[in-house]
Amino acid sequence: MYGCSTGMDPRLHLRSTLWLTGALLLVAAPHVDRLPWWIITLALMLVAWRVYLGKMRLELPRKWLLLAIVAGTVTGVYLNYRTIFGRDAGIALLMVMLALKLLETRTRRDGMLLCFLGYFLVITNFLHSQTIPTALYMLVCVWLITAGMVHLQHGHSDAGYRVPLRAAGLMLAQSAPLMLVLFLLFPRIQGPLWGLPHDAYSALSGLSETMSPGSFTNLTLSDAVAFRVEFKEQAPPPRDLYWRGPVMWDFDGYSWSAPPYQYASQLRYNAQLPGIEYSVTLEPHNNRWLLALDLPARVPPGAIPTTDFQLRSAAPVTTRVRYDMQSFLKVEFGLAESRQAMRRALRLPAGFNPRTAEFARALRKKFAGDRALMNAVLAMFRDEAYFYTLSPPQLGDHPVDDFLFRTRRGFCEHYASAFAVLMRAAGIPARIVTGYLGGELNPLGNYMIVRQSDAHAWTEVWFPDAGWIRVDPTAAVSPLRVESGIAAALPRTDPLPLLARGDYPWLRQLRLTWDSAANSWNQWVLGYNPERQRSLMTRIGIDRSTWESLALLLVIATLTVTVILFLLMARRSRAAMDPVKRAYLLFCRKLAGAGLPRAPSEGPAAYAARLAAARPDLQTAVGAITRLYIVLRYGVAPGPAAWREFEERVKHFSAATR
Amino acid sequence: MYAALKNQLYHWIFQPRGPEGGTIVLVQRRVFILPTRQGIVFALTLLLMLVGSINYGLSLGFVLTFLLAGLGITAMLHTFRNLAHMRVAPGRVQAVFAGEHARFTVRLENPGATDRYEIGLTRDRNAADFHDIPAQHQVLAGVDVPAPRRGPLRPGRLTLFTRYPLGLFHAWSYLDLDVQCVVYPRPARPGALPPQVSSEGSGALHGQGQEDFSGLRQYHPGDSPRHIAWKAAARDQGLLTKQFSGRADAELWLDWQQLPATMDVEARLSQLTRWVIDAQASSVSYGLRLPGMTLPVATGEAHRERCLEALALFDVRVLDRDGSQAPSA
Repeated sequence: MYGCSTGMDPRLHLRSTLWLTGALLLVAAPHVDRLPWWIITLALMLVAWRVYLGKMRLELPRKWLLLAIVAGTVTGVYLNYRTIFGRDAGIALLMVMLALKLLETRTRRDGMLLCFLGYFLVITNFLHSQTIPTALYMLVCVWLITAGMVHLQHGHSDAGYRVPLRAAGLMLAQSAPLMLVLFLLFPRIQGPLWGLPHDAYSALSGLSETMSPGSFTNLTLSDAVAFRVEFKEQAPPPRDLYWRGPVMWDFDGYSWSAPPYQYASQLRYNAQLPGIEYSVTLEPHNNRWLLALDLPARVPPGAIPTTDFQLRSAAPVTTRVRYDMQSFLKVEFGLAESRQAMRRALRLPAGFNPRTAEFARALRKKFAGDRALMNAVLAMFRDEAYFYTLSPPQLGDHPVDDFLFRTRRGFCEHYASAFAVLMRAAGIPARIVTGYLGGELNPLGNYMIVRQSDAHAWTEVWFPDAGWIRVDPTAAVSPLRVESGIAAALPRTDPLPLLARGDYPWLRQLRLTWDSAANSWNQWVLGYNPERQRSLMTRIGIDRSTWESLALLLVIATLTVTVILFLLMARRSRAAMDPVKRAYLLFCRKLAGAGLPRAPSEGPAAYAARLAAARPDLQTAVGAITRLYIVLRYGVAPGPAAWREFEERVKHFSAATR
Repeated sequence: MYAALKNQLYHWIFQPRGPEGGTIVLVQRRVFILPTRQGIVFALTLLLMLVGSINYGLSLGFVLTFLLAGLGITAMLHTFRNLAHMRVAPGRVQAVFAGEHARFTVRLENPGATDRYEIGLTRDRNAADFHDIPAQHQVLAGVDVPAPRRGPLRPGRLTLFTRYPLGLFHAWSYLDLDVQCVVYPRPARPGALPPQVSSEGSGALHGQGQEDFSGLRQYHPGDSPRHIAWKAAARDQGLLTKQFSGRADAELWLDWQQLPATMDVEARLSQLTRWVIDAQASSVSYGLRLPGMTLPVATGEAHRERCLEALALFDVRVLDRDGSQAPSA
């Protein structure tokens, strides 16, 4: 226990420096594959330099050199990203700045600043991922940084690793109730507060507004959840699980595209059956469409419908949204389409896919009725040698010709596109609908998971007497795709994400459990927004929760938790009272109750003498207790027998007059 | 008006109670706490993180920000607890000569069930003595206080403080210990002892008791440099002072009146101090005569201390009472 006389801002121990360096490297690690290689290399070199200088006990570099590196980095980042303010550019700069700060970290004060920057770097990771594993990983990082901070405070003696780790862990655990209170009660505002940099949500994947051969293949390789659905009642059978997304009208010979959109004031349809009620929790995809079961019958708040039954949100979906929906599985719609729309549904670019056009004309001659013609095409897909595969061969300049007559292997977008082109060439209005097909019911949470790998494209064909009807040419080629999902429909050699396959029952069980946890996480942690906060307040009895009432509640709750924590902690820091003394004080209290309190300055022996004079009837009992007390407190090694005797006597002592 | 208010506020908050004797228990009322500069920077960082979380709609950002806010509050409680309920008692103080530093020691006791770390004791906020105190243990901490003048010296208000565990908060408590250090007068430059003084017995002091080398002892501040065993110092054995045996019957009176009337009070005291040191070093029996006080001839450490203390605490007012002995200024 040697003291150490030092100034208030001591220099950093090498051990502290190494610890902080390690913690910061862990925090930065997930950014590695998101940043350009030169940023990573530069940051690692700077860190290595710092560690080398520390180990060799050499002087740290001069300011001008660091400033030169800063200038170089800012220029490099600007050249790389064309900005220095975006999300990714900001993270890149922060990484290098942290490494540079490490290089000029000399004293404890610098070390603490480094810790604060480390906390800030933790939050940047959440821009990319907010999953449970990320949260756990970052919790470990926060623990290490906090322990590093404790280590810094042990500036005058080497604390080793155990004490700081324990202190930091204890403090974080004690902070958890406060965190919960703040999380639930801090008045939430719907962001953003100002315009976000354009790259804020670039990492998201999902459907797109255009479709060309191969565009679904990438999606199919992704396990990512597109959205989750809770049905109010029984979920419909798999063959009805067509989730309607962007509808595409315009074909340029190679790809289909959705815009421009024709907005409608309301949805017009003739429903024949009662609708299905459900709610959708949509993952952010940075586009404006909202997914709904074909055919949507309700417009969620903040969304606008189009004439072709797409639901478009007023702003891009950048956070997880939840909306209640109603859909009709059997419904008539689009009977009264405008002439303009019909022209759009028949338009084909001139000069592309000549063989297809010729084939359509031949079909037209052969079949008088539109339905017969359509069925003939579907029959062709079904009966001839067409294959459903994720890895179709390359297509040439006339992709539909190539696909229909040469390769005959394709994925949903190939069949949908070829079918729509054939229909249009034969004079039947047709359009492409993209979205998702199917979904996996999770019995643990009683909800359905729809993944990016469920992405699908189909067509709608218009008949004068029936309006638009859904035709899925993929179903003709591969009925399994509709009935049993993509894993059953594809050959086993095709690459599919592990989770889309259902080969191992235990794996499937594990993944459903996991998704159930993830779903709760999404709903309660990630999806906790102003709306949820209001509904929680309503549930605990605060009906119209205003900003002020929340703030008041927050302050009260925070103070309460803090005081409880303080009382729990204070108990351990006060002098632990010795049980002998506690028993003796009980004895004194008993006597005080009988009107004979001990004077503050009175010793036990003097007190006993006074008691003997005042209450001769108690003399024996008081004398025994006092003698035992003196032995126990001041005697040499009193045995446990003395203690038991003392405890018993105090317990049974009574000052009541007999 | 403002100053008066400020003074009142100061008294209300800190409740200065003057020097306290015995063991002081740092009850909660005595422990103050404020955020450090780093604590404020930490709060600003959290604010920035909160704004970022709102802007990007980062739920986990909220979680992290609020966890760290909770950590700040918890750290405040821990810092407070690290100091509160500690027991403090003054330790022994060694007398020093004017111009040296007096070291005041303070016994810090941790009566609680948790270890305490990085408890600093400081007087002037520039340097502090830091200690870790395990549960149910005690340590000695010390502060050096410059002692420019002879007389009793109090350490003044000491501050016991801590920033552990996160350095975000500074908790402190003021200690005004009822303890004092005796500061002896600064010894005059070494010179000859007073001239031959007759004693009742036979024999006189020869050559200032320097002829018979009798051994070495640890150097005491104030020892004449002429008596330091420089050869031993050169051999890296530390500073040792040579001791000489004088005659056992040699007697020496160190008398205020022997000194020239032109010397002022402090100079006389310094000279007497020097003589006491040298006489003790020469193992001569000596007595001290001051206006209004006489210490009979004796020898030994205790006698030396008594003499030096008398010189240290010599009250100038004695001279006024006895006008004839007033020094010529």
